Amino acid sequence: MDRRTFLASTAALAASGLPWSRLHAQGARQDTLLLISENGPNNLDIHGVGTNRPGYEAAWNCYDRLVTYGIKTLPDGSRSYDKTVIVPELAESWTVDPEGVTFRLRKDARFHDGTPVTAADVKWSFDRAVTVGGFPTTQMAAGSLTKPEQFTAIDDHTFRVAFLRPDALTLPDLAVIVPAVFNSGLVKKNATEKDPWGLEYTKNNVAGGGAFKVAKWTPGTEVVYARYDDWKSGPLPGLKRVIWRTIPSAGNRRALIERGDADVSFDLPAKDFAEMKRAGKVAVASTPVSNGMWSIELNVTKPPFDDARVRRAIAYAVPYRKIMDAVLFGEAKPLFGAASNTSDDMTWPRATAYTTDLDKARALLAEAGLADGFETRISFDLGQGIVGEPIAVLLQESLAQIGIRAALDKVPGANWRGEMAKKSMPFLINFFSGWLDYPEYFFFWAYHGQNAVFNTMSYKNPTLDAEIDAARVAAASGDKTAYEGAVKRMIALAYDEAPRIPLFQPYLNVALQKSVGGYSYWFHRQLDYRSLVKTAV
Amino acid sequence: MRTLARRLVTIVPTLFGVVIVTFLLTRVLPGDPAAYFAGPTADQASIEQIRTALGLDRPLPVQFAAYVRDLATGNLGNALSTGQPVLSELATRLPASAELTLGALILSMAVAIPLGILAAVREGSLIDHACRVVTTAGVSLPVFFTGLLFVYLFYYLLGWAPAPVGRLDVYLSEPPRITGFLTLDSLLAGDLEVVRAALAQLALPAATLALFSLAPIARMTRASMLSVLSSEFVRTARAAGLKPRTVVLTYAFRNAMLPVVTTLGMVFSFLLGANVLVEKVFAWPGIGSFAVEALIQSDYAPVQGFVLAMALLYVALNLAIDLIYGLIDPRVRLDA
Repeated sequence: MDRRTFLASTAALAASGLPWSRLHAQGARQDTLLLISENGPNNLDIHGVGTNRPGYEAAWNCYDRLVTYGIKTLPDGSRSYDKTVIVPELAESWTVDPEGVTFRLRKDARFHDGTPVTAADVKWSFDRAVTVGGFPTTQMAAGSLTKPEQFTAIDDHTFRVAFLRPDALTLPDLAVIVPAVFNSGLVKKNATEKDPWGLEYTKNNVAGGGAFKVAKWTPGTEVVYARYDDWKSGPLPGLKRVIWRTIPSAGNRRALIERGDADVSFDLPAKDFAEMKRAGKVAVASTPVSNGMWSIELNVTKPPFDDARVRRAIAYAVPYRKIMDAVLFGEAKPLFGAASNTSDDMTWPRATAYTTDLDKARALLAEAGLADGFETRISFDLGQGIVGEPIAVLLQESLAQIGIRAALDKVPGANWRGEMAKKSMPFLINFFSGWLDYPEYFFFWAYHGQNAVFNTMSYKNPTLDAEIDAARVAAASGDKTAYEGAVKRMIALAYDEAPRIPLFQPYLNVALQKSVGGYSYWFHRQLDYRSLVKTAV
Repeated sequence: MRTLARRLVTIVPTLFGVVIVTFLLTRVLPGDPAAYFAGPTADQASIEQIRTALGLDRPLPVQFAAYVRDLATGNLGNALSTGQPVLSELATRLPASAELTLGALILSMAVAIPLGILAAVREGSLIDHACRVVTTAGVSLPVFFTGLLFVYLFYYLLGWAPAPVGRLDVYLSEPPRITGFLTLDSLLAGDLEVVRAALAQLALPAATLALFSLAPIARMTRASMLSVLSSEFVRTARAAGLKPRTVVLTYAFRNAMLPVVTTLGMVFSFLLGANVLVEKVFAWPGIGSFAVEALIQSDYAPVQGFVLAMALLYVALNLAIDLIYGLIDPRVRLDA
């Protein structure tokens, strides 16, 4: 090729290509759902090492558990899982006695490869969950499920879990993502000596019997699911295919959903959500994240935060309203300005009695001998900087008015967990939520003197610990009065002491085309494809 | 051939240096991958378990020895962010990046070289000023901005471009993988609909990158054409009554090409870098977005693999350019 023909042909190539018209390929694709989100899974197995949140979604839809939660309609018309109702999935029925619980399994359930689901598979899967270590083992322990000896396959379709101790969270913990039932024969066949639980195999392959199968997975790009037509553990899903594409740019995700090219855009920033709701082109759903809150956490081992008066002073200096308006565009549930720190009902998360009152804050600081203020450092997770950073800036500005000079410390997302574990940050803006939606569960992780990684305040108060433990015991024994009393005292004490200053309960925001129905919020904050339907509009 | 072998030998220390630097760099970075991957309700014990599983509890020299041993066997480790071996990730993603970069380079050359030639021939004319404005604008706009602007204009407002969902429309299926270049593979498979769709997906990101790289190519073409046009043999050619077209394209341009090719090599390498942002914006499954993702998560293996792959690529590129010199201009010899 000489230069002239080369030039001519490249120019022609460029010219022929430029004004493309959009492909009108997606016409009547009613059985297929196109879902977009920021990240894709890194592992299809919830038991895997370091499985990320999108991985939870794959595991949730491709595996069955013995039981699951029911669905309820909230007062605002949106749908959510119901933590009080446990419904059958692989188990047809179950009976609870003081020593344990016996499940009778569905006889017609089969894994994706056609092998029948037996109690031995359940036993193997639960043994795996409590043995592999890491997150699954911790999560099982939250429901007092720690030893393989607790699980017995009585016959092919009868399975028993023995209680280690009375724990109201045991049955709810069997309905979370972790106790999924694996095709033990298939995994064992692909296990190696170094990897006896077959984690390498299940990372890239689904070995379950859930409503969806993974038809194709291109890590970092897309997951294509196909419906498992022989699924017996619930009503057959309306969607035959789900295509899940990773679109890293938030702006493009918004453009895709507004142009109608994507069916569902999951986990939107508050600003986009507020604007899309106003524009009304697509349906938007938002549900408060259950048992979760953004809060300010003050490390009580770092003076002056060892003084409750200083902590309260900060609680009075937080520009709550501004945060709600400027950071969240009103799209969150405020957790401040209640009449009192003592609850009158069992709502959780509940608001504190703090409001923005700089005079009170100054008075409290003076009382603590810090009328001239002090210097500190506000840390937040850059990985959630879209929320954390503006809060930090507003807070910095407001604290300056009572003499507290705060520097901002931006911690990269990858370091955040490590920094939290070190407990060296004096002043944090942070988010925590518990899967199991019970206040004592939140307190156990975030306030209890056992000093879990989420007790970033290193707060240790024997009186509070006693109330938290009492609430857990009362919940297990079913003593409602004792339980409610303990929970209320626990919340009031923690709020008065103010090592953690609640700000707001965030919403999980989802945008859907108007043709998509059946969306429901789940505790794991990922999408359940089984209930979704696509209708013609 | 001997010169080629000698060039190849000099590469070895470079690569060894790259291996050491990448290893140390990723270890020096703050951040604890074990804590990151232990999950939301992990306690100290499960973080430690994961640290052991990842081999991060061993001393640095031991980790380095293990790394070099793995490298020698072609094992670059696993990427935690996608869960796949780094080598296979790079292998599947490199063609995507290369297709995008080459597409951009071809587009850029197609615009910049004629523009540069015209600007040189009609120095000081309207087209010369236009060339200056376009190239300055192109190089001063950050690529992620032009990318988002293009998406907004051509996809969101006008609807000309397809949805920015990566390399191929969601409802089309990929052709059998031969080269990894979607456009080529679909051509080979004879699937014209996919060719069209793949080209359509390529258009915006390639145009974004091309705009960014217009400036160096056009300016270099212009400058080198100007100096050649004022040289004596061009004057002689003109005086001999050759057609202006022949003078400019056949005689002047051939002699002006050498610096342009050098620039092209440089542009190609910095386009691979600029790729990172464009890939993010257009959800392009290339190696750039993969490496950034890994860096954010303190995931060492892919970052090391990426830097290593890039170093290899640069070295190969430089070698290729050196060889091309000799072909274009017989006066240049490697051992000169």
